[in-house]
Amino acid sequence: MRVTLWGTRGSVAAPGPETVRYGGNTSCVEVRGADGTFLVLDAGTGIRRLGGRVGPEMRVDLLLSHLHMDHIQGLGFFRPLDEPGQEVHIWGPPSTTLDLRARLSRYLSPPLFPVRVRDLPCRLTLHDVPLERFVIGGLTVTAALVCHPGPTVGYRITDGSTSVAYLPDHEPALGARHFPGQPDWTSGFDLAAGADLLIHDAQYSDAEYPQRVGWGHSSITHTLRFAEATGVKRLATFHHDPGNDDRALDRLVDEARGAFDLPFQLIPGTEGLSFDLESR
Amino acid sequence: MSQKAVELILMRQLASYLAMPILLFDPAGNLLYYNEPAEAILGRRFDETGQIPLEEFYSLVKLTAEDGSPLPLEGRPLVIALQKHEAAHRTFRIQAFDGIVRRIAATAFPLEGQGARHLGAVVIFWEESRP
Ligand SMILES: [Zn+2]
Ligand SMILES: [Zn+2]
Repeated sequence: MRVTLWGTRGSVAAPGPETVRYGGNTSCVEVRGADGTFLVLDAGTGIRRLGGRVGPEMRVDLLLSHLHMDHIQGLGFFRPLDEPGQEVHIWGPPSTTLDLRARLSRYLSPPLFPVRVRDLPCRLTLHDVPLERFVIGGLTVTAALVCHPGPTVGYRITDGSTSVAYLPDHEPALGARHFPGQPDWTSGFDLAAGADLLIHDAQYSDAEYPQRVGWGHSSITHTLRFAEATGVKRLATFHHDPGNDDRALDRLVDEARGAFDLPFQLIPGTEGLSFDLESR
Repeated sequence: MSQKAVELILMRQLASYLAMPILLFDPAGNLLYYNEPAEAILGRRFDETGQIPLEEFYSLVKLTAEDGSPLPLEGRPLVIALQKHEAAHRTFRIQAFDGIVRRIAATAFPLEGQGARHLGAVVIFWEESRP
């Protein structure tokens, strides 16, 4: 399984000379199975470049974690949606009253966007994501609701021997007296447990977090603690705050690395980074 | 033990901050959590008991109607919340871990998740000072 980060920024795109290494595009991750199964996680602005790499004959499965703007803003600019006959499946959480189609249509319709969902030329199927295990091609996907404002899922994807967990917007420490607490009372635990790669929200410094409690994101220390508790092998930091430039993000990761004895590999999540997860 | 649904996790976190006695049950009626104000009514700290299976809870905690007769299962707010998926409220007597009989009112409501998932129920105790 090969995992590539096409957009790692949180909240809003932040392009500029001071963010070239970590990247300015918002959330988008590509997952390719060894058999060619092609998944895209979230449709932030990073999805536009990825769209140029997709052949018209490929089946595309786009899995949305939630419908905050930074995770869907690139959707209208994802070329496969404009490709007549291309098979595209979009999976994402419904709300308690609206299905995914109704929720997405709020963005993909005037005045926010000129084209309506129903007028897209591709062969599009929308799925309210099942909150359980399901299979797409050669990959098995597990979706579960996690702690973030509004219906939000995290994903775990496995090819049977290696696994990646994707929790881009996640505040498992919200309201917890001690974090991390017991595994069964920790949001996202089962999704991440033992994963070969965890891609996780690390939006805030420890100093920033107290002013942002309840916003749905993690401090770097919470992220490291979560990765430690869940026993992952690698952690890629993700959903970088748009106010943090490359130097600030380097500092955040370096300080974290210096402060803890980490039982996993800590990798700064930079745009363009690829991971080859070897089948064992 | 598998991880709880995020709705239960958030409910527990909310309960841990509230001053009302709150108990959290899974769909089968197992007691998953109770907060500090509820500890005062049950007579034992949650840290000591941990999660309590349904049968054990009913053998340890006696509920009786106000006239002293046993409270039928179908009349208990928790059972109504879990089985009928409705809110329920009732006053009764409770004798829990410390043996003290207390007169309390209980409000129970089901936790219904999206996708028609029955997640359990919440019980709130209202302690009444006897006139
Ligand atoms: Zn986000
Ligand atoms: Zn979000």
